[in-house]
Amino acid sequence: MSDAYDLIVIGGGPGGYVAAIRAAQLGLRTALVEREHLGGICLNWGCIPTKALLRSADVWRTIQQAADFGIRVEGVSFDLDAIVERSRAVAERLRKGVAHLMRKHKVTVVEGHGRFAGLPARAAEHPLHTVQVQMADGAARALAAPNVILATGARPRPLPGIEPDGRRILTYREAMVPERLPQRLLIVGAGAIGVEFASFYRALGVAVILVEVAPRVLPVEDEEVSAFMTRALAQQGIEVLTEARLDEVVVSDAGVRARIAHGSEHRTVAVERMIVAAGIVGNVEALGLEHTRVQVEREHVVVDGWLATAEPGIHAIGDLAGPPWLAHKASHEAVTCVERIAGLPHAHPLDPRRVPGCTYSHPQVASVGLSEARARELGHEVRIGRFPFQANGKAIAMGDTEGFVKTVFDGRTGALLGAHLVGAEVTEMIQGYALAMELESTELELMRTVFPHPTQSEAMHEAVLDAWGQALHI
Amino acid sequence: MSLPIRMPAIAANATHTSLARWLKQEGEPVSIGETLAELETDKAVVELVAEHDGVLGRILVGDASNDVPVGQEIAILLAPGEDASVLDTVVAAAPAAEATASPAAGPMAVGTTPLAEARPRVFASPLARRLARERGLALEGLRGSGPHGRIVRRDVEHALAAPISTVPVAAPAPAAPVAAPVAPSGKWTAIPNNGMRRTIARRLSESKQTVPHFYLSVDCEIDRLLALRTELNGRAKDFRLSVNDFIVRAVALALRDVPAANASWTDEAILRYDTVDVCVAVATPGGLVTPVVRDADRKGLAALSTEVRELAERGRDNRLRPEEMSGGSFTISNLGMYGIKSFSAIINPPQSCILAVGQAEQRPVVREGELAVATVMSCTLSVDHRSVDGAVGAEFLAAFRRYVEQPLDMLL
Repeated sequence: MSDAYDLIVIGGGPGGYVAAIRAAQLGLRTALVEREHLGGICLNWGCIPTKALLRSADVWRTIQQAADFGIRVEGVSFDLDAIVERSRAVAERLRKGVAHLMRKHKVTVVEGHGRFAGLPARAAEHPLHTVQVQMADGAARALAAPNVILATGARPRPLPGIEPDGRRILTYREAMVPERLPQRLLIVGAGAIGVEFASFYRALGVAVILVEVAPRVLPVEDEEVSAFMTRALAQQGIEVLTEARLDEVVVSDAGVRARIAHGSEHRTVAVERMIVAAGIVGNVEALGLEHTRVQVEREHVVVDGWLATAEPGIHAIGDLAGPPWLAHKASHEAVTCVERIAGLPHAHPLDPRRVPGCTYSHPQVASVGLSEARARELGHEVRIGRFPFQANGKAIAMGDTEGFVKTVFDGRTGALLGAHLVGAEVTEMIQGYALAMELESTELELMRTVFPHPTQSEAMHEAVLDAWGQALHI
Repeated sequence: MSLPIRMPAIAANATHTSLARWLKQEGEPVSIGETLAELETDKAVVELVAEHDGVLGRILVGDASNDVPVGQEIAILLAPGEDASVLDTVVAAAPAAEATASPAAGPMAVGTTPLAEARPRVFASPLARRLARERGLALEGLRGSGPHGRIVRRDVEHALAAPISTVPVAAPAPAAPVAAPVAPSGKWTAIPNNGMRRTIARRLSESKQTVPHFYLSVDCEIDRLLALRTELNGRAKDFRLSVNDFIVRAVALALRDVPAANASWTDEAILRYDTVDVCVAVATPGGLVTPVVRDADRKGLAALSTEVRELAERGRDNRLRPEEMSGGSFTISNLGMYGIKSFSAIINPPQSCILAVGQAEQRPVVREGELAVATVMSCTLSVDHRSVDGAVGAEFLAAFRRYVEQPLDMLL
């Protein structure tokens, strides 16, 4: 005998738990299966705890620059254990918050590993899917529902011949709870995760080598952003090697020796630790998908715009369903998927072009929409606007003028195609452009919007004006 | 109290309407329900009916005025017994809806009131408004797919890509730079292009220039179909099946069998339709209309026959409703009755296929090495290669031919 629900969600990360909340709001009897911790990687081992670490790095950086602001600070030092402890406390607090939300919405949380046990009865018009949950205490429990949302997330992509051991070769998970700082650190992969760890460790004084196989750092960002970040990271003392490949990695008690092919040369670096951050693969295994018609391609579940798989009643969202691998994309898909299941008339598929991306390095990077190059590839008559924070009053007053705002418009229609920002707190600003894109603003509405003075956001206004040759302060 | 009579939006999507002629003269009394004038869009002629009793005080827009903006005042209705002298003040104060090239009888004041007040408010995104304005598309009547029915870019793009019959034309084709007209030599008669003609010209030029067409031809032997038709018509009392009815049904069933041919190209994705809605081209004195038979795969021959005949009749009389001409995923163009053996048709965007049907005629055929005579009908499928590949087109055509040659399958 199995427990009957309207919806079973497998995975309690920012996709899964949001799906459960929305389903409960819509009156669906909902069960959430989570094998490890509510909140998923994002909240426990990803977005949130790393932001806590980076905040400590910011404070440390500010203190070191205190003299610039007329403040004398002497005899300062940092306590790595306390930094890590704070990061864990932040994650724990939010995990409890999610548990509270589940109780509040009367979502049944089943702690264990869920998988499809077999085929649903095909004859029925609305076949019930059965999910077997292997509980942590060894007991088993069967849940049944006509709808299942898979939200099992992803894990680091393994590199051939490089086996993370948690001691010398780390994934994000060990990298965010260091017991002591290495003298030298090799980071493989200059995407958001790699660049954020590079920023954190470098701020605390570690010699960092950042290796990226693509021709530029943050390869999904606009080329100008990558170029700017390459210079900014180098200025901080991070050694950046792009178009570089690991030939060989030898682990010993002394550390890691890595042979790196960089252009025509080969060089060997000796480091104490190495962090692997070279993309992710979806957690598609051990779900019993072989019992279903769910299609898996390149370690991700294939879904349509409504997040439906090829098996009626089974859906997949978030990292499991493919890029961009971002928590807010997962949460948004969760709402779309549940509203579709509930038959809400205003349910709306997510437009991937309107998903902003943020990197919390120093300086920060934020973007939404098309890069300039991509816009040109797609045949748009492109208009570009740029504005540097060096010409922004607030940025000068704050003593942080690094970075710029860049806008990409379709010159024919005035549609905002994309925006690319580098600088202090730009991750808090990008939503303005995301909103403008969602509302389908043209350059005119953006020009007519009043941006308060003095703020860094004035640079957003100027970058719009600049695209039409009307920038005022440059 | 005098009342302005404004140009109504007669087709659901039209922003402009042409005034064909007034049926009432200035000074004539009118009562509710009486016809005041005949209006024309690119699709239909519609009567303008009085909504109040009174006297037609002044006509502001004269006969044969093309493309009068919807909402513009076209006449002033005086209340019964009202003195005609108020007209001068009323007219002088009347806001002109929009600058227009239409020749208007009577004085037109240059107004300060924005046009929007004369129309119901349209909720549309700034980008949707701009795209529509640039392409001469009216937003009124478009269905918005955004929150609370807001018209967003996607809706405008869909409307611009819609088949001929559904494109609301706001104004004569946007003023593209035009070369000086070639002075024709000899004598000629100029036949002014109406909205329908302009739409046909623009849409078909766009199709032939931007859609990569390819063509597949097949000969179908239809003796069995003809025999079946004779038999069915012999039994029927209230319908009479034409060969074309069988063709519509065969197309619908073949589309259901080969859903990949029931599709539209967009830059983002190939849209595969869930329903089988088949357009049938109908020649009218003013040009071509393509009424749509919805869910054609779910209708039997008798139902299809009745519907097609009825749509065609009203199409020829310019009496089709806009929704009867919008949508559709496939078009059939049949010139068999004109003795055409075979031809290639231009795709009706955003559809991917159009089937050109020729005359059924007796031709020699070879069967197992022997000459025989069969009734053969040549059909040519024009296909948009962006959305439908050759193999899919061929598969569709094979399915179509199977139904036509083994028509009993169509009855199942």
